[in-house]
Amino acid sequence: MNSDAPQTLDIVQAGLAKRRRRETRFRWYGRTAILLAMTFLALLLANILGRGFSAFQQTYIALDVYLPPGELSPPTPQHLAKVDFEGLIKQTLRRSFPDVRKRRQKRALYRLVSSGSAYELRDWVMEHPEQIGKTVTVWLPAGADVDMYMKGSVDTSVPEAQRRLKDYQIHWLERLKREQRLALRFNKIFFLNGDSREPEQAGILVALKGSLYMMIVTLALSFPLGIAAAIYLEEFAPKKNFWVDMIEININNLAAVPSIVFGLLGLAVFLGYFGLPRSTPLVGGLTLTLMTLPTVIIASRAALTAVPPSIREAALGIGASRMQTVFHHVLPLAMPGMLTGAIIGMARALGETAPLLMIGMVAFIVDPPQGFLDPATALPVQIYLWADSPERGFVERTSAAIIVLLVFLGLMNLLAVLLRRRLERRW
Amino acid sequence: MKLKSLSITALLAALSFNLQAAGRDYIYVVGSSTVYPFTTTVAERFGKSTAFPTPKVESTGTGGGMKLFCAGIGVQHPDLSNASRRIKKSEFENCRKHGVKDIVEIKIGYDGIVLAYSRKPPQPWTLTRRQIFLALAKEVPDPRNPGKLIANPYKQWNEIDASLPAIAIKAYGPPPTSGTRDAFVELAMEGGCKTFDWIKALKKEDKHRYKSICHAIREDGAYVEAGENDNLIVQKLEADPNALGIFGFSFLDQNIDKINGARIDGIEPTFGNIAEGTYPVSRPLFIYVKKAHVGLIPGIPQFLDEYTSEKAWGDEGYLADKGLIPMPQEEREKYRKIAIELIPLQSL
Repeated sequence: MNSDAPQTLDIVQAGLAKRRRRETRFRWYGRTAILLAMTFLALLLANILGRGFSAFQQTYIALDVYLPPGELSPPTPQHLAKVDFEGLIKQTLRRSFPDVRKRRQKRALYRLVSSGSAYELRDWVMEHPEQIGKTVTVWLPAGADVDMYMKGSVDTSVPEAQRRLKDYQIHWLERLKREQRLALRFNKIFFLNGDSREPEQAGILVALKGSLYMMIVTLALSFPLGIAAAIYLEEFAPKKNFWVDMIEININNLAAVPSIVFGLLGLAVFLGYFGLPRSTPLVGGLTLTLMTLPTVIIASRAALTAVPPSIREAALGIGASRMQTVFHHVLPLAMPGMLTGAIIGMARALGETAPLLMIGMVAFIVDPPQGFLDPATALPVQIYLWADSPERGFVERTSAAIIVLLVFLGLMNLLAVLLRRRLERRW
Repeated sequence: MKLKSLSITALLAALSFNLQAAGRDYIYVVGSSTVYPFTTTVAERFGKSTAFPTPKVESTGTGGGMKLFCAGIGVQHPDLSNASRRIKKSEFENCRKHGVKDIVEIKIGYDGIVLAYSRKPPQPWTLTRRQIFLALAKEVPDPRNPGKLIANPYKQWNEIDASLPAIAIKAYGPPPTSGTRDAFVELAMEGGCKTFDWIKALKKEDKHRYKSICHAIREDGAYVEAGENDNLIVQKLEADPNALGIFGFSFLDQNIDKINGARIDGIEPTFGNIAEGTYPVSRPLFIYVKKAHVGLIPGIPQFLDEYTSEKAWGDEGYLADKGLIPMPQEEREKYRKIAIELIPLQSL
């Protein structure tokens, strides 16, 4: 042997330090990437939580309202609907602050309570008819400016002329605070009301219900259709057939089509051709079905391919028909993967805004939908609408709605993970 | 598969047939995002104070709204349309073509467009419309040879006028799809453009050329299209004290602790000045009503009654609180009469 020639080991050792350095470097690249991603995520979450958390509380004002028996009886819903409760509240406010005389200041005084509080008072009286004729202390939602002040979003150091809340208003608020007539309470309005022009009256119920109805439609259509299509393509369709290949390519391409395109499709087909009503969860769900279907088909097919061929062969070997093989043996094993795919597809559909813009779900809707054919919005659309509103109070509500949406997305993904953990079988 | 899709089609068709027969019991409004806050306020009050359901208000933009509004008569078509400009002749004719013959036009008030800036810089902005035009137009008259147009050479405000600060020209504003942009271009830009005599003379000779000079906004980065989200522009102004932002008066009104409105032609953008009509950059807002729907959909006359009542659009009404600039008394009376008696628009 020629001892001058470099041994393999020498070559390896000469390059070893360099290779190790390279590897260390690569690991650090990876760590930096993850660190950066985590920082952005943390910043985003901190920003949204920081802004939105205050929206889960709402300022209430305690007012001693006198309920005149003459005007309020009989306390039937028909009669109470006609009573001027706004006038009652204004009267109460004037009595509590007798030194307010100027017209401008009076208007500011009336804005201390929310414009929706008259309806709250009406509902309260309807529940407590025995209190008519007495002076009662009622907690009513405060106006948006008061709410912002209580939550510390009003900077009192800037000159008075540059503030929405003037010095005399702050003076009133400080007095109410001393008398313990101002309190922050859990904001149930946010969960029980539909949209409103007044931030303190705005809630996400319409959006939540709309999203829920849409998800039901989407799930009911895309899951069976997607699974049926996947089973046929994977188990029954002839292999190496031109048309099957075409369909496969198209499904894969459809999964990558921008969602707005599905919105246009929904507009043309469901609204234009079938004449279904605009802004309804039914149309929203149908449009989202178009969007989720390719995702569900692809995930279901992957789940079917993951079932080992030996299962199929064994079933066929003992004389099962192809259909029996699929439905008795392959499908149960592929189900967890299919469910995961469907849930992830649904989570994507839940966060989708663009296609819904095209079919008229960007609308102001106050009354919660009672079914699939009542107009509704969806959570992401509600966020979009509030983000564009001038009133300051909507800033925190936008973030709060984002928090709710994120919670739902998180829950759905968690469900997908749990299902996979519990049901998955490994070979 | 084929059978399944066929049966789904049949199901949908049957469903849609039922729906069209079923009708609709709520008022359906479409149109401008600028009028949206006002119509929704009225809709909410109307829904709470009457037995009628709350109207559905969709924000589609003025042009998109007109297209839906003019598509025909029937429950699937909207009853009202919000507009941040007057209906166009082409839209009016499109309406007639689809059988929408009687349209009631109601002016609801005014909206001011402001050039706002952060409260941080010490010196308040005072601009003329001519300066706005020179700062933001795509082509401006050559300062050395005023009869000729050149690509906008101005990089800093003091190059336009020595009295202006020596900072770079930068304005955040709405994209071309926005009604606010249309109004800004028409009122502020064209207003400044007209101060050049030869361009003004061009209006009679070559209207097309006149428009292309006066309405084109520069695209070299000095005008930043900030999307339709005006809250975003407010945030950008806070971060960048040297920039100006273009949006509707209600955003200035709500954020008065953070931003200030530039004086235009010496007039400050205040509620009073816009209402009196002295502030030069303000525009009327409209709603359009389909008269044929009045018997078809319940509550339309009552909704219009609420909209045109003094407690809504009056000087101290709740719409004024939302930033709508009320019309003068006589104008309010005139349009209330039109709304109550449903007097249709004859022609444009």
